[in-house]
Amino acid sequence: MSTPRVRLPRSARADEEIEIRTLLNHPMVTGLSSDNPRDMLARFEARMNGAQVLSYDFGNGSAANPTFTFHVRAAAPGNFEFVWTHEDGREFRAEGSVDVS
Amino acid sequence: MTANRREFLQGAAVSAALVLVSGTALHAEENAEWQAWRDQILDGREASEGGIELDVPRVAENGAQVPLTVRIDSPMTDADHVRAIHIIATRNPAPEIGSFHLSPQLARAEVFTRIRLAEEQEILVLAELSDGRVLGQAAIVTVSAGGCAT
Repeated sequence: MSTPRVRLPRSARADEEIEIRTLLNHPMVTGLSSDNPRDMLARFEARMNGAQVLSYDFGNGSAANPTFTFHVRAAAPGNFEFVWTHEDGREFRAEGSVDVS
Repeated sequence: MTANRREFLQGAAVSAALVLVSGTALHAEENAEWQAWRDQILDGREASEGGIELDVPRVAENGAQVPLTVRIDSPMTDADHVRAIHIIATRNPAPEIGSFHLSPQLARAEVFTRIRLAEEQEILVLAELSDGRVLGQAAIVTVSAGGCAT
């Protein structure tokens, strides 16, 4: 498991749309067709200043090394938190912030 | 790909989409797992076709990493936004690909991710709107090399 990678702009104008990209290296083994035991993420969550902006429930058809791209309205300076939760309860986290002027 | 083949695929996509989106379609395969999952999401509601831009390759070289973008024209305000986007596989061993939950803080109802497809199949996207309506859109993806362990 490697550190999650997150790409977001350092700064933005007020109410500008900002693009956020995330990537977590993870094999996402379903356990259906190999001898390897199931090893799957359950949920991804992106929060801005503590409030959830996007979440995703992983199904078996989610690809390995899950990546997401989405767009947020930067109304105020934003502290972002990204959390991937494994089916076994482990969490992987990343943070980022955007200056808004 | 010949013009005929293209027309066939487009025609198939349109007619199959009607079957996929409607919970009461006559010709739909019975007792399919994906239909149970679709009906659970619909929860008695009817999905109307259209309003969703579903961007997937017509032919995926690698079924294990198929790029998918879903775009819905929505102002994304507290009063009018897309609440959830569900992606359903009709011919994977398990029908659940994933479900997005969106908040009005998003600038657009647009998400990108990568999915895996075991074989050529139709995928179905259902979008739940804040006013309770549900939109549906289907697309056929041909897979050159299937994504294993889907």
